[in-house]
Amino acid sequence: MTTKPQPKTAEPPPSDLIAIEINGRSMQARKGSMVIQVADAAGIYIPRFCYHHKLSIVANCRMCLVEIERAPKPMPACATPVAAGMKVFTHSEAARYSQKAVMEFLLINHPLDCPICDQGGECPLQDLALGYGKDVSRYAENKRVVADLDIGPLIATDMTRCIHCTRCVRFGQEIAGIMELGATGRGEHMEIGTFIERSVSSELSGNVIDLCPVGALTSKPFRFTARAWELISHDAVSPHDCVGSNLNVQVRGRRVMRVLPRENEAINECWLSDRDRYSYEAVNSDERLQVPMIRINDRWTEVDWSTALEFAASGLARVIDQHGADQLGALAAPGSTLEEFYLLQKLMRSLGSGNVDHRLRQVDFSDDDVAPVYPWLGQSIADLENLEAVLLVGSYLRKDQPILGHRVRKAQLQGAQVMAINPVDYDFTYKLAHAVITNPLEMVKSLARVAKALSARKPGILAQKPEWFSALEPNPAERAIAEVLAGKDRSGVLLGNYAASHPQAAVIRVLAELVAEAADATLGQLAEGNGVGGWLGGCVPHRGPAGTAALSGRTTQAMIDEPRRGFVVLGAEPELDCLDGAGARRAMEAAEFVVMLAVFKPSSATTRALEYADVLLPLAPFTETEGTFVNCEGRAQSFANATRPLGEARPGWKILRVLGNHLGQSGFDYVSIDDVRAELDRGQIAPSGRLKHRALAQRLSGERPALARITEVPLYAVDSCVRRAPGLQRTTDNPPPPVRMNARQIEALGLDDAQQVTVRAGEGEATLPLLVDPRVPDGCVWVPGGYPQTFALAPHGATSVIKAAGA
Amino acid sequence: MTAQTSPVSSIDLISPDSRARIDDSIAKYPPERKQAAVMAALLIVQEQNGGWLSTELMDAVAEYLEMPPIAVYEVATFYTLYDLEPVGRHKVYVCTNIACMLCGCQVIVDHLQKKLGIELGETTADRKFTIKEAECLAACGGAPMFMVDGVYYENLTPAKVDEILDSLE
Ligand code: SF4
Ligand code: FES
Ligand code: FES
Repeated sequence: MTTKPQPKTAEPPPSDLIAIEINGRSMQARKGSMVIQVADAAGIYIPRFCYHHKLSIVANCRMCLVEIERAPKPMPACATPVAAGMKVFTHSEAARYSQKAVMEFLLINHPLDCPICDQGGECPLQDLALGYGKDVSRYAENKRVVADLDIGPLIATDMTRCIHCTRCVRFGQEIAGIMELGATGRGEHMEIGTFIERSVSSELSGNVIDLCPVGALTSKPFRFTARAWELISHDAVSPHDCVGSNLNVQVRGRRVMRVLPRENEAINECWLSDRDRYSYEAVNSDERLQVPMIRINDRWTEVDWSTALEFAASGLARVIDQHGADQLGALAAPGSTLEEFYLLQKLMRSLGSGNVDHRLRQVDFSDDDVAPVYPWLGQSIADLENLEAVLLVGSYLRKDQPILGHRVRKAQLQGAQVMAINPVDYDFTYKLAHAVITNPLEMVKSLARVAKALSARKPGILAQKPEWFSALEPNPAERAIAEVLAGKDRSGVLLGNYAASHPQAAVIRVLAELVAEAADATLGQLAEGNGVGGWLGGCVPHRGPAGTAALSGRTTQAMIDEPRRGFVVLGAEPELDCLDGAGARRAMEAAEFVVMLAVFKPSSATTRALEYADVLLPLAPFTETEGTFVNCEGRAQSFANATRPLGEARPGWKILRVLGNHLGQSGFDYVSIDDVRAELDRGQIAPSGRLKHRALAQRLSGERPALARITEVPLYAVDSCVRRAPGLQRTTDNPPPPVRMNARQIEALGLDDAQQVTVRAGEGEATLPLLVDPRVPDGCVWVPGGYPQTFALAPHGATSVIKAAGA
Repeated sequence: MTAQTSPVSSIDLISPDSRARIDDSIAKYPPERKQAAVMAALLIVQEQNGGWLSTELMDAVAEYLEMPPIAVYEVATFYTLYDLEPVGRHKVYVCTNIACMLCGCQVIVDHLQKKLGIELGETTADRKFTIKEAECLAACGGAPMFMVDGVYYENLTPAKVDEILDSLE
């Protein structure tokens, strides 16, 4: 019954076209397409429930019945292929008769509870019932009732309303790649659900809410809070990953009520990751900082903006006067807007300091000078699905950039071989063709060995540092990876979040480039948040906007290692947003004056900002500011604010502008954000994935510790906003941070019976639950970053784990 | 014991003997289609388990055939030949579909219920019998009929029912 979704192809050759007629209109149709597809393209609406252009065709609702000349009975338009000379009638008396009959059947068991149903007002069943239903039901018998199971914090279920279209089931199988919902029972007893009570775990799960044509699956956080017709939709862009998914931010009054995907075939198609869909909950949280605050003699006072700005400006000026401008540093959250990045670096540089950075989870900056203008995906997002071979290096693509993960999965479904060199045997929704799962240090060598295996094709690639490679002997998996990459016409190497935060990230980048070059593959880098905007806005210490020369300064790591006397922190929570959280805290505590532009009030449970900050300036989040996010393709997407800032909060670009004025700097007289955009616009910047030249200066690898920490920041810990979204925080993807090791390792450490363990890394220590995880390689311990429980631990290097005292 | 990240494997619930039989079924299909053996596998583990399937056993089958558990639940809940709750030693499927109905299956059903003191879908207190309503079992020519432990009995009368049931252990 099931047919694969039609792959999109370019214009068909004329021989593929046949002539058909719908409602008396003649038109050309591609052979093999279904009547509903041709009608949709021609703007002729045929009612439907189960058909969805992104899902396979099952033809089980029968709502799309149409009349076809010479066919003996009504035909489902979604499953009837066109034929030459076919005459279709979608609104004839016979067609309407069938459609109405189907509607009557569908309504037999559907509860007529629209007044208490969240789908009311945007419900295809309600809409179609208006057009095709009767005003009075002939059905007087009992309706069936289905008991609901709790399927997690994001999706509310009312399965009595389900009409069994199976869109949600097909979504799981075909798009999310994990089947979590199914149809159990049969006939009148068929139910859609999980059968046993369990939370769905897909990072794309919220999409079933959009797909469900009735109120069976609705948004739990949004439930019972608004009606669709009360909402005003605003175009927006998501800040949480480098995809820049398009959003409809829906607002009632000044409050963001929910976020839905805005269809963009080039980026997110009609999908949205759960992170992008539910992070809005945080912008309405009680933790929002709404009024500027200053700290005098360790007492926090709410003040008006001009007092706060004056206080901030004079504090920063004092640092400059006493210690010189070089003692100022600025850290920006990767999710800041392009304009914010630009103005922050402009302010710092005009004050005389080049110490600005947004790469808070990077620790190796040794290739800054040769880096491309920005970390580029190496192709368009849509092109990812045309790859025939993909090598993921240090990437949990599925969870870190769910939309890119979906594109690569599409490629995989069409036969692409996906391979990985990763520190964890991540749970992808498909089988990896080849994989090397090994400790962080060995990952680098493994990549070098893949390069060596490829050097037969291009011996030149080893020329620069033959001594690096001479002792390396590729293992079978590495040979296979090399062979697949080289053997396919369209192959690509993708460097993920873990690769970017790796202690030898620069070596990984060079090696990846060698591999890509030898295999004729594209090379893609995935930055966090609006990281591309950070580079293009000049919020890096070694370059100005768009890669121009500018006053240079210190990287994040250097600012932590040689703490500055004054800091400006834009939108970041240093302990949680910096990979080296303990170092970041030390640097902040050592500073004499810290200005924080913050969306949320610092909580003493998670950070010491209330002790080290001197000024807190309420910053507008992505829903309340205008700005631009540049995604990994280099696509700049500007957006307006969906709603006015909460309380006294202000858009970052305005705060920075006025701060510039207060500090007596010229060039901060923008009237609108367009002035900022005009000033930072450097025209079209040709993307490039390549390093300017390859510097293989360092040693290939260092000493491997007996037990190495793998630090990864899970998807719902990446920024201050998602960390405060209650729905996301309660998902199965966000358990309380554990320590994970494989059973062998646990045994080797004599921890067989331990429930709680104490981890020591660097100067930090944490006591956490221990989990057996066969996905973690030998010699490694996985402890997530981005959590208040774990930030004190050094992110890389030697780590020890012992049974917790008293446990 | 230290806690696990993933649910503990339930594959060991399948006995070596059942495993061998499942492998025989799997061998009938191309290697990448081993899920096609799901119906047979469920029957085999059901037999092993005294006639019914627990969720853990279904999970074990899912794991063994590398299928999502929900896809196994779908199959197990669709077909009447699987039971998801403990059953009696003998399963009686009485057909109540059209031909049997016209030939008086109601008499058979009433007799069974009265004789055993249970309703359709129930199990006797001594766990000897479970009676279930079945749709057409394709023996319409011998209606009314029932199936006991996989054996068809046709042209039933109450007396014949007594004889059949009384002969069972
Ligand atoms: S829950 Fe909604 S999407 Fe899923 S089958 Fe039922 S009606 Fe369709
Ligand atoms: S839309 Fe065609 S049968 Fe459902
Ligand atoms: S109707 Fe009873 S066997 Fe066919």
